[in-house]
Amino acid sequence: MELHLLRTAAAGPALAPLLALVLTCVFFATQSDRFLSPQNFSLILQQEMVVGVIAIGQTLIILSAGIDLSCGMVMALGSIVMAKLAVAGGMNAYLAILCGVATTVAFGLLNGALVTLVRLPSFIVTLGTMNIALALTQIYSEAQTVTEVPAAMTALGNTFSLGGAEISYGVVLMLVLYAAAWLALRNTVSGRHVYAVGNDPEAARLTGIATRRVLIGVYAVAGLMYGIASLLAVARTGVGDSQAGETEALEAITAVVLGGTSLFGGRGLVLGSLLGALIVGVIRNGLTLMGVSSIYQVLITGILVILAVSMDKLSRRKGY
Amino acid sequence: MSFHRTALTVVLFAVAGIASAADELVIGLITKTETNPFFVAMRDGAAAEAKAKGVKLLTAAGKSVTDNASQVTAVENMVAAGAKTILIVPSDTKAIVPALRKAREKGVLIIALDTAPDPMDAADALFATDNYEAGVLIGQYAKAAMGGKKPVIVTLDLVPGLSVGTPRHNGFMKGFGLNAPDAKATELGKDPAVTCMADAFGDQAKGQTAMENCLQKSPDVNLVYTLNEPVAAGAYNALKKAGKEKGVMIVSIDGGCEAMKNLSSGVIAATSQQYPIKMGAMGVAAGVEYAKTGKKPSGYTNTGVTLITDKPIAGVPSKDVKTGTQMCWGKS
Repeated sequence: MELHLLRTAAAGPALAPLLALVLTCVFFATQSDRFLSPQNFSLILQQEMVVGVIAIGQTLIILSAGIDLSCGMVMALGSIVMAKLAVAGGMNAYLAILCGVATTVAFGLLNGALVTLVRLPSFIVTLGTMNIALALTQIYSEAQTVTEVPAAMTALGNTFSLGGAEISYGVVLMLVLYAAAWLALRNTVSGRHVYAVGNDPEAARLTGIATRRVLIGVYAVAGLMYGIASLLAVARTGVGDSQAGETEALEAITAVVLGGTSLFGGRGLVLGSLLGALIVGVIRNGLTLMGVSSIYQVLITGILVILAVSMDKLSRRKGY
Repeated sequence: MSFHRTALTVVLFAVAGIASAADELVIGLITKTETNPFFVAMRDGAAAEAKAKGVKLLTAAGKSVTDNASQVTAVENMVAAGAKTILIVPSDTKAIVPALRKAREKGVLIIALDTAPDPMDAADALFATDNYEAGVLIGQYAKAAMGGKKPVIVTLDLVPGLSVGTPRHNGFMKGFGLNAPDAKATELGKDPAVTCMADAFGDQAKGQTAMENCLQKSPDVNLVYTLNEPVAAGAYNALKKAGKEKGVMIVSIDGGCEAMKNLSSGVIAATSQQYPIKMGAMGVAAGVEYAKTGKKPSGYTNTGVTLITDKPIAGVPSKDVKTGTQMCWGKS
């Protein structure tokens, strides 16, 4: 019975973003005959690839009733570490990638430790680590873009043909990661513990859940996601960009909120974040095709976020 | 030690400290952000001049290109620290004005670098690139290089609200011979030849996204105007992935050392080079002059813009990439 309630609550939140995505697609299809094509959709997926993977980590953290402002800068640091080690340091490409990912996981563990052991609010912790990551990125990169990265790092940016479109390997990886995250949250004990801790950490602790371990695990896995996202960023642009990372945190949080996950923790579906990211990508793509200024994209996204959060608040009142 | 003796010692040290600080000229430099390579170059230029002239340079920046509050705080702190000249790249050209006026009332020389406050006379002087001219040069080059081919143009601009993007875009349109607003216009000019305009936020990844979307709208594009070189690199990436890079000319602005490779390889056909190092150095030199003689610079000083290309076209004066590399800013 409990299981059924949990499953329904978990599945429910994704219906609204799916509907929103379908409606925006239908709208843009009527406005431009270039919108509804497999290649256009493949492009939108590639454009949201980096934020999409970051949003997996952000979803886990928000589900646990936390928030991560450092995700964008940590991702940028990971890109610079792996690119610079390979290009300037002459390190083997795969080893450099590992080092970049290790850096982002280390930041994840740092965030997790500060939140659980020192008991600081995640907002403040990640505000601090965001600035640390930014500074380290600038210092290590010397404000320069790292170009001529090895082919191994751009491999995920390569594409294969399918159904009239060029599909990027990075997008396939993103979809696989989403599927894995969804299954883990839904079907594993640790996954359900994340919901429990996010819903009511004290109650979770009293039922015997090792809340600290769950939280550190959440931040560490998020750090791993940021590391993979940093590789995808290098793969997509072909460079280690020292100026990256400024907008990804808000974009990821927007995707998570649009996807129906509650900012208060304990409720939401990770697949919703994918839908949220795609909604933003579709709006940007559609408005460009229509020739509308990007400021309206910002306006529309803002309105959708308010709608999404209001819907979440209203559905909470109905009694869970 | 007794309280009185401790107090006296502290006061003496403080007076000595203030006295020695009063001997060294203090100049402040406030940029929009800490990390943008353009401002890093400007700071380096100012710092080098300050070191050469034995001047103390204080630096500060906002946290983002829209952070006015940090710049206001920086102006106040620098005046309190004894700065006699403040060089500033204002993020919010209107909101910074009261802080600048207050500083000038205290006798501080205010020089705007790169971006003018609004109204321009809120600062004593402006040392900046003529961004309209920068756009005109690459527009003229593109027109001549296209050689009469029907233009299908995409413009990748900055973002609504940041003053630099508009004159560059409109200058490009003017130079190309399209329906173009004048240098003071605040709206981006439109023309049927420009089939897609997208915002790229001055960022490489966002430039790639903007180009991809515009390519969907306008697959026959043959000329891309980009606000700066990171956007140009992103646009090239998008064109390459679509197999279209050979048939499209990309022009840009900035002339950073990082982009010189892209110019010699033909990724960017031509760029208008600007001189942030010069802006920083000129600012410090003007501050030193003011402290020595009380003479203030005034009005607008054009810090220069040069068309750089390895494929020169008759009738459009330019310098080659080798020369561009000697004059470029930032690390390569």
